[in-house]
Amino acid sequence: MNQVLPVPSESATPGLDTGPNGSVALSALSIVYSYGRNPALRGVSVELRHGEILAVTGPSGSGKSTLMLCLAGILVPDVGDVSFGGRIISAESEAERSKLRRSQFGVLFQFGQLVPELTAAENVALPLLLAGIKRGAALSAASTWLERFCVADLAGSRPPEMSGGQAQRVAAARAMVTEPTVLFADEPTGALDALSGEHLMTQIVRVAREAGTSVVIITHDAKIAAYAEREIVVRDGMIENGTGV
Amino acid sequence: MGLLAGGNRHGYDLKHEHDVTFAAAKPLAFGQVYATIDRLVKKGHVEAVEVERVDGPDRTVYCLTDAGRVELERWLSEVESPVPHVANPFAVKATIAMLVGDRSDATAYLAAQRAAHVERMRHFTRLKTDPATSLAELLAADYAIAHLDADLAWLDLALDRVAAFEVPRPAHPVVST
Repeated sequence: MNQVLPVPSESATPGLDTGPNGSVALSALSIVYSYGRNPALRGVSVELRHGEILAVTGPSGSGKSTLMLCLAGILVPDVGDVSFGGRIISAESEAERSKLRRSQFGVLFQFGQLVPELTAAENVALPLLLAGIKRGAALSAASTWLERFCVADLAGSRPPEMSGGQAQRVAAARAMVTEPTVLFADEPTGALDALSGEHLMTQIVRVAREAGTSVVIITHDAKIAAYAEREIVVRDGMIENGTGV
Repeated sequence: MGLLAGGNRHGYDLKHEHDVTFAAAKPLAFGQVYATIDRLVKKGHVEAVEVERVDGPDRTVYCLTDAGRVELERWLSEVESPVPHVANPFAVKATIAMLVGDRSDATAYLAAQRAAHVERMRHFTRLKTDPATSLAELLAADYAIAHLDADLAWLDLALDRVAAFEVPRPAHPVVST
């Protein structure tokens, strides 16, 4: 979790890198990654276009989460390159990749991992506060994003007071508050009932389209993958359905 | 009878309301509507109440009788039995692909079928997220998605089975000396 929540150091430069829709925002070329002797990715190439919503599906253990971690710059592939905005981020230091994650990438996990002692507004403002943005401006931005996810009335509530669906929407608002170029959502509805999951996905797709954010959804659930425009199927560390390009 | 429970209607209106309410289903033929009304009249579940003439031919207006209302309530309280035999055209085609060709033919078919299912699921998902979609359309879309999801689970399993299938080795011929 520490790898994806901002670490207070230098200030981030939030902002959305809005290349023209259809141009490549993020790509991986022939990446290989192993956990010890166990190969998780065996030569995977993927392109994510600006504004695109892409689903990455596959059975448990297929390598789809590892692919997401490599694309997000959290893991460095053993072989191959991950590129973003004209940079080969897989060749950069952890400090550089961390700075990139704070400013350009948002991440939403299955369990939103909100800080239980903070209110919804404070949770959403947290990435901005840690990036050095002043409290007033950070809370104002948080309020805007809570409203976009239709949970503005929860601004003063704490996570234990929320339902699972509400907490995930607050977590989604937090993932988007830095206006990232790419939002990664790893099994975002895994802990939700069908209707709550539907509400969350509808809002993620709507908000991302309005903001021009590309989205990568990792899921084993075909019904969730159906919210994306394109799907790549990962099986046994490789892309099964043609190419990811 | 369910549609008549909402108010008296003539056959033309019944057909129109059916097609709008169950937009995902096959539209009713007029012949089917009137044959059904005749059957229900004979059973005493529906009766004619008046004849309307509005800019065209005479139209008989029907109402649900008390007996019809009782029968409707009985039908609504009844559960549907699971279908004893489940038709699976996908399994048939994959099996024949293996008989006619080989494993790669079956895999190619299953993968193409999977892609078609995924695209169909995207269609119904887009429908569900449209704020203008009615409750009836939502229910129909949910039903379609649930069935497509079940098919997709089977298709993924079938792909795994075909990939893992070992062609039986021919027995060694016995050589007599």
